[in-house]
Amino acid sequence: MTTPVIECRNLQKWYSGVHALKNVNLTIHPGETVGLVGDNGAGKSTLIKILSGVHHQDSGEVLIEGRKVDLRSPKDAMRHGLETIYQYNSMVPTMSIARNLFIGREPLKWSVFGFGLMDQKRMRAESVQAIADVDLHLRSPDALVGELSGGQRQGVAIARAMHFKSKVLILDEPTNHLSVKETDKVIGFVRGLKAQGLTGIFISHNMQHVFQSCDRIVAMARGEIVFDKPTAATSIDEVHALL
Amino acid sequence: MKRFLKIYLDKPELAGLALLIVLLAVFQVKSNGVLLSFENVRGVMGLLPEMALVAIGVTILMICGEFDLSVGSVFALMPMSMAVILNSGVPFTAAVLLGLAICAVIGFVNGYVTLQFSIPSFITTLGMLFIARSLTIVISGGFPPLLPSDLPTWLFTDYIWQGALFRMSFVWFVGIAVLAAALLSLTNFGNWIRATGGFNEAAASMGIPVKRVKIICFMLCSVLAGFAGLLQVLRLGSPLPSIGEGLELQAVAAAVIGGTALAGGIGTVFGAIIGTLLIRTIDNGLVLSRVDANWFKFAIGVLTMFAVIANAWMGKMSRKIKVEAHK
Ligand SMILES: Nc1ncnc2c1ncn2[C@@H]1O[C@H](COP(=O)(O)OP(=O)(O)O)[C@@H](O)[C@H]1O
Ligand SMILES: [Mg+2]
Repeated sequence: MTTPVIECRNLQKWYSGVHALKNVNLTIHPGETVGLVGDNGAGKSTLIKILSGVHHQDSGEVLIEGRKVDLRSPKDAMRHGLETIYQYNSMVPTMSIARNLFIGREPLKWSVFGFGLMDQKRMRAESVQAIADVDLHLRSPDALVGELSGGQRQGVAIARAMHFKSKVLILDEPTNHLSVKETDKVIGFVRGLKAQGLTGIFISHNMQHVFQSCDRIVAMARGEIVFDKPTAATSIDEVHALL
Repeated sequence: MKRFLKIYLDKPELAGLALLIVLLAVFQVKSNGVLLSFENVRGVMGLLPEMALVAIGVTILMICGEFDLSVGSVFALMPMSMAVILNSGVPFTAAVLLGLAICAVIGFVNGYVTLQFSIPSFITTLGMLFIARSLTIVISGGFPPLLPSDLPTWLFTDYIWQGALFRMSFVWFVGIAVLAAALLSLTNFGNWIRATGGFNEAAASMGIPVKRVKIICFMLCSVLAGFAGLLQVLRLGSPLPSIGEGLELQAVAAAVIGGTALAGGIGTVFGAIIGTLLIRTIDNGLVLSRVDANWFKFAIGVLTMFAVIANAWMGKMSRKIKVEAHK
């Protein structure tokens, strides 16, 4: 048996009185694409925020590739290879694609204490490559992200995660506010994760989308995991009946 | 042609530059050639660095998504505290550094209070506008302290050489402007400033320490304002407690006229300089054309509104061109 890429043990989280996560245990193996479903307020985003370093659990532990980690910031999570894409999209519309791709991880020509001159030539070249790698066709790395469609933006975000060799890509409702066509594109990206050797966690309201693109379904309700089966062994009706 | 048009629309500071050229031509004629005469340009260029440095600081802060209304007061407080410190026997260099340190502390307080209590910086710095002005008057003791006569004005405000067009302050201004422009467009910290102002949540989720970035911008803005105040006082020879009144709004107007977005994320140092030049040209041009000086604020007001509308419209046009080019 391979070492799980992510293992959550007895995670608990309270928000001033609200018990948002109750003893959550979840093991994810490399290469899996896990669909995480559940009603609003079930605790999906809370779980994801712990994994992406935005929040910290009140108790319990997270293991990455078998080792206990303490994720205190988004940077910590990224350093461990966990990259998260949110519904609002983690791209800055007023900046170019090349600059967006490297926010916080700019290649530097020289630096003092971490501050220095960006290697903009390399940023452009590498962003062209990264975008081509996810089969996205954009005119120029200098185009502003604000000029892209919602689906293209999510594509660039996925290209960014892949470029930085993330092991796990977490997508929290990445298709909200997107048109049907754009949504299909994003689902295509999720399906493509496995071929790139990435592990995925895909959160969506839409059962169809999750069933189309994931090979395991995990459902949460009231802060607990209430269902966990391979996609092939279950059906949309079964999951619906549960929630 | 379309490409050219798009570049133009994407860079509102170039529109400001075009307007500047038009205004220069109009006022040159209206003033019977006095506007661009050596003596007049010399006078304007003495004042320009002082206002432009303030506008550059305000612009950087606005790009990272915050606002500073206290720069006019800090502009007065820095040289006043320096004068008081000098009069207690501290040497000039130390007094300047202490004065700038006071500005840095004010910037830090502006940023800390704004972020810690989630108050709009518009309000925090409005408070600081009163606090810093009050402190300036209190420490002046009611009448301006005298400056020693042996201050190194050759380094700050004397003409570069006898009969030169520019003062040393212009050299400081050019140097600082180049550094600020390089900071914004060439360094990773500049990338963080733009990301923080362009979309705070996205920057934070990419691991940018957004609060620290903002606090540094607040401090930079205050220090630049204080340094600009120092230049003015060294030029005038006396630290008046009332200098810099209204400067905060002119600085914001200069930034906006130069294409800085109120919402953050967009703006350039070059734009801030163009905006400042426009304001100074209008001020000076109206006087020279013997127009009632009270029209000055009217003109700045119209220009500011015009700039905000034009920037929004240009942004829309630019996107449209892009879409059409794609079809
Ligand atoms: N920042 C927060 N502060 C307080 N309560 C929160 C916060 N985030 C989420 N909650 C609460 O925690 C519970 C789980 O929310 P969430 O994880 O966002 O659910 P989901 O993503 O499954 O819709 C809900 O009751 C929600 O109201
Ligand atoms: Mg959610």
